[in-house]
Amino acid sequence: MLIDWFTVIAQVINFLILVFLLKRFLYKPILNAIDEREKRIAAQLQEAEAQKTEAQNEHMKFQQLNEDFAKRTDAMMAAAEENATLERQHLLENARKEYEQLRSGLQESLKSEHANLGHDLKARAQREVFEIVRRVLSDLAGTSLEAQIAHVFVQKLQSIGPEEKAKLLSALHANGRPVMVRSAFDLDAGAQTELENSVKNLLGADIQVQFGQAPEEVGGIELSANGFKINWTIADYLDSLEKRISELQLVQQNNPTELQTATDGN
Amino acid sequence: MRLSPDEVIFWQNGFFKLNATIVWTWVLMLILVLGSRLVTRRLSSAVHIPRWQNILEIIVLGILQQLKEVGLKHPEKHIGFLGTLFLFIAIASLCTIFPIYEPPTGSLSTTAALAISVFIASPMFGIREQGFVGYLKTYLEPTPLMLPFNLIGEVSRTLAMAIRLFGNMMSGTMILAILLAITPLIFPIVMSLLGLLTGMVQAYIFSIISTVYIAAAMQSSEG
Repeated sequence: MLIDWFTVIAQVINFLILVFLLKRFLYKPILNAIDEREKRIAAQLQEAEAQKTEAQNEHMKFQQLNEDFAKRTDAMMAAAEENATLERQHLLENARKEYEQLRSGLQESLKSEHANLGHDLKARAQREVFEIVRRVLSDLAGTSLEAQIAHVFVQKLQSIGPEEKAKLLSALHANGRPVMVRSAFDLDAGAQTELENSVKNLLGADIQVQFGQAPEEVGGIELSANGFKINWTIADYLDSLEKRISELQLVQQNNPTELQTATDGN
Repeated sequence: MRLSPDEVIFWQNGFFKLNATIVWTWVLMLILVLGSRLVTRRLSSAVHIPRWQNILEIIVLGILQQLKEVGLKHPEKHIGFLGTLFLFIAIASLCTIFPIYEPPTGSLSTTAALAISVFIASPMFGIREQGFVGYLKTYLEPTPLMLPFNLIGEVSRTLAMAIRLFGNMMSGTMILAILLAITPLIFPIVMSLLGLLTGMVQAYIFSIISTVYIAAAMQSSEG
């Protein structure tokens, strides 16, 4: 008999005991360990995912901040540039104004200096010319300059046209006062007589002549009657001299080298 | 010449006896339980695990996977029975490499005991799953006419399982013994390797067929 029933029963019991023991010592612990590990790994993965999400959020936040910062920096740079440009324009404007002021001031001072110089020059030249002419005239002709001037003025009176003569006469008759003859210097008796005669010849014997001094008439004589004037003065020549000098100065301002050649040429 | 380790009797008192089958079964049980205990005593649930734990996990998960593939919905519930069936037969076959060892599965009493266990377990699992009436109804399907054939099938397949395993295991040992007598060198080693292979295949077949029976008992009313 191949089957021993006691052994069969014993083996069934043995097998059941083995099932119980292996369940207790093998399957349960192993499956539990696997489950636990899977749970742990799942938790770790979840945590990693959460961290990743957080990191992404952080990254986005940081990027946003960076962008904001860049924008702000750009805006500030633009504002600073604009300010700098405005400031520069402002400064340039100020400098230009200052320059204009300085330039106009300088021009003014130059002009006034020029005018002063011209005036001085004129006055001195008049005096000098007057002195020279007087000396020359007295040296050469033995006649005083004043007599000569009076003589020249007499000639001028004699040479006036009828139109001017009529004007003078009408002016004289209007107020009836004597004719005023004024000069910068005192005329001697001879000159006064010559002048009086020539006036009477010109305007009539009943005309009265009065002599006076006019210091502003440098080297000249003036005849006036009720606002109407006839005069001769060295100032006319001096005016022409002044004009010539002014022209020279203008040339000097515009081109100093030209002045050099101009003066060299003279 | 003896065909079964049942015939080696160490101690007998009337009906009770202590033969080689029972003794070797106890040895295998000791190896299995102690081995499992040693490994599972220090289990780790961390990512890095001890090598032995890894081996056991591979075995347990492999068994679970097989049970799932056959069609069990909750293999964790049945791994105790079916897994132990596989492990016991597999270890019994593996140990044939030891000289004086005789596999308890080479005894028809053991294989009959295992087949009877499946024979009893299958309706038990079926009843637990579908209820008593529900399970009994499966014998009347597809028609009540099939009842006798279903019953015969139930018994015959149990018999077939017992005899198949016994025949394979016994023949392996027998062939080895005969070959040792004829050609003592080299060739028995090859046959021994072949025996290991057939032993593993038998363990697989036995447990898979048991799984199929149990799965069928649990699902027949649904299908």
